[in-house]
Amino acid sequence: MRLKTRVLLSWLLAAAFLTGCGETVDPNEPQGFIQTKGSDTIVNAMQEVAEEFMQEYPHVFVAVTGGGSGVGIASLINKTTDVATASREMKAKEIEIAEKRGVHPKEFVVAYDGVAVIVNRNNPVDRLTLEDLHNIFTGKITNWKQLGGKDAPIVTLSREVSSGTHMYFKEEVVQLGQKGSTEEFSKETLLLTSSQAIVEEVASNEGAIGYLGMGYLSDRTKAVRVARHSLGPQGRSASGLVPRAARDEGQAASDDFFPPTVENVVKKTYPLSRPLYVYTDGEPQGLVKLFIDFTLGPVGQRQFMETGFVPVGATTVAQTN
Amino acid sequence: MPRRISEYFIEWCIKLSGLAVVVFVFLIFLFLLRDSLSLFREYPLGRFLSGREWLPISEPPRFGVLPLLIGSIFVTFWAIVICVPLGVGAAMFIAEVAPKPLKHVLKSLVEILASIPSVVLGFLGIIWLGPFLRDTFHLSTGMTGLTGSLLLAFMALPTIISISEDALVGVPRMYREAAYGLGATRWQTLWRVILPSASSGIMAAVMLGIGRVVGETMVVLMVTGNAPVMPRSILLPLRTLTATIAGEMGETVGGSEHYFALFAVGLVLFAITFTINFVADLFLRRARK
Repeated sequence: MRLKTRVLLSWLLAAAFLTGCGETVDPNEPQGFIQTKGSDTIVNAMQEVAEEFMQEYPHVFVAVTGGGSGVGIASLINKTTDVATASREMKAKEIEIAEKRGVHPKEFVVAYDGVAVIVNRNNPVDRLTLEDLHNIFTGKITNWKQLGGKDAPIVTLSREVSSGTHMYFKEEVVQLGQKGSTEEFSKETLLLTSSQAIVEEVASNEGAIGYLGMGYLSDRTKAVRVARHSLGPQGRSASGLVPRAARDEGQAASDDFFPPTVENVVKKTYPLSRPLYVYTDGEPQGLVKLFIDFTLGPVGQRQFMETGFVPVGATTVAQTN
Repeated sequence: MPRRISEYFIEWCIKLSGLAVVVFVFLIFLFLLRDSLSLFREYPLGRFLSGREWLPISEPPRFGVLPLLIGSIFVTFWAIVICVPLGVGAAMFIAEVAPKPLKHVLKSLVEILASIPSVVLGFLGIIWLGPFLRDTFHLSTGMTGLTGSLLLAFMALPTIISISEDALVGVPRMYREAAYGLGATRWQTLWRVILPSASSGIMAAVMLGIGRVVGETMVVLMVTGNAPVMPRSILLPLRTLTATIAGEMGETVGGSEHYFALFAVGLVLFAITFTINFVADLFLRRARK
């Protein structure tokens, strides 16, 4: 719903802008239309960035659409968007198909994010290990009683397969970061079409558990504290999605539970954190370059921070420490 | 002379638009078939039709259409069970019982019912009907097949009511008069004479209602939970054919196996709705005779 209104609003704005085009515009000033599409996780942040950008460059219109990382990447390959946003890396297969179609994806990390696990506010369970989460989402644990909660069946909620967060969660939790693992989400898992739908269900259902980008956290649901499982010192996080530093630090933090906060993502103590990406076709040029530079610049990065993400600079500082 | 030319021209326009519809349907079918066949080249048809797992992004992917097909059948069956008695009853009331002024009000209300966008119904399903069913039946979640069935029944009602009502009104006057002449009561006439004579039309209404329900997407995507299980109960979440296409199409890259698999799902759906409409057409034709 929100997405629809957003798109509608964008078009209204576009229409308003186009009708204003009759005036003469300084030819040196950048003008035109950029489209970004993809990750629902960062669609709100991108919208803020786009609004700031349009204030800076009033003759450029930026349309921001969500739909899921897969949608963004597919659109980039199908050449229907200028910028694709994604909460996961492009798969080798996708890059191969892109190259075949003459699209050369170029990757930028725009921010870092924690994937929060949320439960109903009345659920007494408030800390879980990755192992617990694995057992919950693969259907090995089906009652909250087994985790010290009420005697109630667990309802697992996931995003649709088009979501980058779905892919991330599948790799890191369902398959515990093991390449070649054939573990799947339990078939009873509900696949919902948006992060907002997950919030709605968790807020109203005491047995529900779901996951979403940190940016969607609110008072209506409760984020559980998560601990890295205590299995090997290296952690099993071998997918490469979590920066190396996080893995090395994993050992020390192995039996501590951390809430998904900006601080814990920066310090890499929260186990479920990941970079967020934007992709362009080839080295960005013209307006797209202007937009990417703006996104990675101080104003753009501030928008990410304000919508609940971790700016790129913060973690590089932490990494060099 | 100019009149004859314009008539000739218009005649051809009408002929062309008639033909275009046929051509479009045929092209859609060809298009679906072509892309589905691309899947079956790599993924055997037997495994597609009998597979019990729908895991499109796993390695290797599994495209078993059975859970989705049965999901669609479950939702449709219950929607029909709910809406046929209601719809036919309402049609009987509007056609035979209601006084003239009430009849007009009811008919326009039915039309308004038809104009409610499905996404609005879906939204009501998420925030109201789902939680209500969860609390009433003590379920673990309100996102179930039944939630979808109830909303779909609501959506199919206008179709069923207006076509059944047409069928009932179309029953020749003399049947009615003969029944009354034999001393039948109003109820006996309606139940034993008019309803059976209109049965072909009512069957057509039901079939078209089923067609509407099978093809509906937004509502089921929003409220049924979309869990790709083999459905066991209407009170559990399930995933339908349409929700699968809608939920996954955005993500697939043109030309990938997953993309073709969704076309194959579309082909299954097309086959179902085509059969249903064909059967409905048979009934309608019989009704006209």
